Amino acid sequence: MELTGAEIIVRSLKDEGVKHVFGYPGGAVLHIYDAIYQQDDVEHVLVRHEQAATHAADGYARSTGMPGVVLVTSGPGATNAVTGIATAYMDSVPMVVITGQVPTPLIGNDAFQEVDSIGITRPCVKHNFLVKDVTKLAETIKKAFYIATTGRPGPVVIDIPKDVTAEKTEYLYPQEISMRSYNPVVNFELDQVERAVSMMLSAKRPMLYTGGGVILGRGAESLTAMTRKLGYPITNTLMGLGAYPATDKQFLGMLGMHGTYEANMAMHHCDVLIAIGARFDDRVTGNIDKFCPTAKIIHVDIDPSSISKNVKVDIPIVGQVDPVLKAMINGIENAGQQPDASALQDWWKQIEAWRATDCLSYTQDSAVIKPQFVVDTLYKETNGDAFVTSDVGQHQMWAAQFYKFNKPYRWINSGGLGTMGFGLPAAMGAQMAHPDATVACITGEGSIQMCIQELSTCLQYNLPIKIITLNNGYLGMVRQWQEFFYQKRYSMSYMDALPDFVKLAESFGHVGMQIENPADVEGAMKEAMAMKDRLVFMNFMTDKTENVYPMIPAGAGLNEMILV
Amino acid sequence: MRHIISILLENEAGALSRVAGLFSARGYNIESLTVGPTEDDSLSRMTIVTRGSEEIVEQITKQLNKLIDVVRLQDLTEGKHIERELMLIKLKTESGEARDEYKRLAEIFNGRIIDVTDDMYTIEIADSSERLQAFIESVDENAIVETVRSGVIGIARGSKSL
Repeated sequence: MELTGAEIIVRSLKDEGVKHVFGYPGGAVLHIYDAIYQQDDVEHVLVRHEQAATHAADGYARSTGMPGVVLVTSGPGATNAVTGIATAYMDSVPMVVITGQVPTPLIGNDAFQEVDSIGITRPCVKHNFLVKDVTKLAETIKKAFYIATTGRPGPVVIDIPKDVTAEKTEYLYPQEISMRSYNPVVNFELDQVERAVSMMLSAKRPMLYTGGGVILGRGAESLTAMTRKLGYPITNTLMGLGAYPATDKQFLGMLGMHGTYEANMAMHHCDVLIAIGARFDDRVTGNIDKFCPTAKIIHVDIDPSSISKNVKVDIPIVGQVDPVLKAMINGIENAGQQPDASALQDWWKQIEAWRATDCLSYTQDSAVIKPQFVVDTLYKETNGDAFVTSDVGQHQMWAAQFYKFNKPYRWINSGGLGTMGFGLPAAMGAQMAHPDATVACITGEGSIQMCIQELSTCLQYNLPIKIITLNNGYLGMVRQWQEFFYQKRYSMSYMDALPDFVKLAESFGHVGMQIENPADVEGAMKEAMAMKDRLVFMNFMTDKTENVYPMIPAGAGLNEMILV
Repeated sequence: MRHIISILLENEAGALSRVAGLFSARGYNIESLTVGPTEDDSLSRMTIVTRGSEEIVEQITKQLNKLIDVVRLQDLTEGKHIERELMLIKLKTESGEARDEYKRLAEIFNGRIIDVTDDMYTIEIADSSERLQAFIESVDENAIVETVRSGVIGIARGSKSL
């Protein structure tokens, strides 16, 4: 049967198993929106700004492991989406973004709402396509999903001129696709794994350092099994939280700039470092010249370009994380060797001494609400089982430090790009995917205002998100750096003229709560969580001077933390 | 170290800008870049000359391999190879001596004089970049009116192919 390009797009999405599309209409995509109107298989979620469409699709993807799908118009629709595309790219999130384009004959003429979407998105996508021929449309959509979801995942943009969405052709959605120029890694070198296992088992001071790749590669279960079998200490990156249960004794907390003392010290002093699905980011390594000076390094990653990019490794293993971990477990079981129990005992003794500094401790007195206490309380009230999104800044670090994630896919934040405004729309995506789950957005009064318009979307789609605003009246992380490194010259970090968030939430049809007294934190949290079908905007007035500790200052090594 | 990287890539609109964009975004340097069709009209062949430490060049080849449009890639400088660059150079020949000298030089460098006017020679030479540079250095710099170089192309010696 012949279908129009617009119908082909919608049918292809359905055949790809897509349930939700986040988007915003406009001139160049009117045919596509007309096709959406005439079917019920794919639900379109109307956001209030295209940036939010991409973040919502991103939150949807990160909370499910499925690709997120976005539909926006040409020109400003596409440019508004770029921040969200770049966010997904930096964190390797599978996403397919369809952008409308002006009709083919007008391309290059500076037509109304024309922008070179392919050119603009090129550096922040895994790949992009301009479809000029309707007969190539279905195949291109198939390729886009294939590229976005395999190998190291990432966003793929499909730019479709308006005339292509009107032309007709026979619809045939390919069941499978292969591309001579794209062959994602499937196999790995077993002898590398054997070498790695032997190095792991000979370690005196081993350390596991794992990142977001373990979650993306669905390797959390195998990672947990292997770590428990070995009895080794483990740390997760900001992106990797939830891959190993945070409440487990072997877990040393997050590492890096605001990681725990014990995790960073164990990194610095280890003799064998087992890096899995992590990319030695500068926020993790600190000063690269001082990084893990005594360690032999094993690095498992699906992306060969991640290996030896920042830190030279001794045993590289390029492969999918879960099969590699399973092969490692198999290797450990069949090795004629056990971990060195006495060395390990000494190592744990040292780690426990570091852990005893209790670097995340804080005192909640009766005067003013500590932000850490709010996150602690959220953790307790949700039994550690909520989907938690965050924006970017101090609140993000406190969320990562104090909410103990025991499961993967629960912690959703913009780790790589550090995008303020991410939290609320990402929470919308997570809530769309998990309608009955508790979804909390930990944010600040700065970040929340960057996508605040989405409160309207939340009302339209009944998304009962719990917004936890840690309101200290400052762009807290900026203020913290200005306090430490700019002699307290608080340039533009003070948030003056804040709105009344309670009234604001109410004006959008939601519940607003103002919490100013430490004694009210628990009660308010209980009350909010009990409102299962309402969005609750909780405005916590927190300590204005609180800083995120511990901290590795710029240029320092992991063993040179500022504790308080 | 100087490296010559040969790339087979999909003959798609925008493929060249993906490669060029990768180099500028990651701060890699390009000494020369050439691209042209192959016997298979769905493929283009690109040759890039770049400089960098072993680590940088390793990253360059890995990042290039990650581009979806890149089908295959080879660092020619890792093995025996032949490189060629075409140069057209226009020289002032105001005296008979100059004409004689440049004719002789062109012969030494296996070049050909492909255009002649009363006071001008245009010489064509195809050789390694190093030899082209040597030619340029052997003529009087004031005599050079214009130099056009194609950038390097290269191919592996023997039966090895991309």
